[in-house]
Amino acid sequence: MRVLYFAWVKSKVGIGEEQIDPPAGVATVGSLLDWLSQRSAKHASALANRSVVRVAVNQEYVGADHPVKPGDEVALFPPVTGG
Amino acid sequence: MIRVQQEDFDIGAEIAALTEGRRDVGGVASFVGLVRDVAGGESVGAMTLEHYPGMTEKKLQEIDEEANRRWPLLASLIIHRYGRLEPGDRIVLVVTASPHRQAALESCAFLIDWLKTKAPFWKLEETGAGAQWVDARDSDAKATDRWVARKPGAE
Repeated sequence: MRVLYFAWVKSKVGIGEEQIDPPAGVATVGSLLDWLSQRSAKHASALANRSVVRVAVNQEYVGADHPVKPGDEVALFPPVTGG
Repeated sequence: MIRVQQEDFDIGAEIAALTEGRRDVGGVASFVGLVRDVAGGESVGAMTLEHYPGMTEKKLQEIDEEANRRWPLLASLIIHRYGRLEPGDRIVLVVTASPHRQAALESCAFLIDWLKTKAPFWKLEETGAGAQWVDARDSDAKATDRWVARKPGAE
């Protein structure tokens, strides 16, 4: 599974992307965020306030209940500010 | 039509190209977004627009298709820049063309409101207090909400 980080989520995690292989029990966006938070203090800090982290799976906005599976592209980022 | 690019664009040339050779366009509306030198009381020296390559194009395409579903457009264009920009630089261009002005004006407003809350771009401002990521604004979400239930031309 490929995870991408953008904007201040990227600054806080310290990397723009990583390849991960979470255990089979990690089957939803919510459980993936829980699992990622355990990876390092930086991950925990970036994901501390879930209400300001948006999630896209395979480039579509999704909620915490959305399933994730091996091969997915998951992106974590703040609310968008373009235009 | 959508484009995501680092380089600047020429507003007149883009509008001319969009309507080139057409005789059915009665009205063209456009919106141009520029970098301001002040944000939240802080002076802004420059900003860097980050985006999510791939998803950005996909979302802008969907937004463009939605406008074309809602209004009888003959042509539409969204150009959004990324990278480092300075005050006065152009950030975004939206152009819509229709047989009549109302559809062109409404769809142009819809497109800029809609893309502000859906297209994955983020602004990093360079201010006197250092580099700061811009927070999303409630007013932008409200500007998007007003289009959710609304039908073209209905008040």
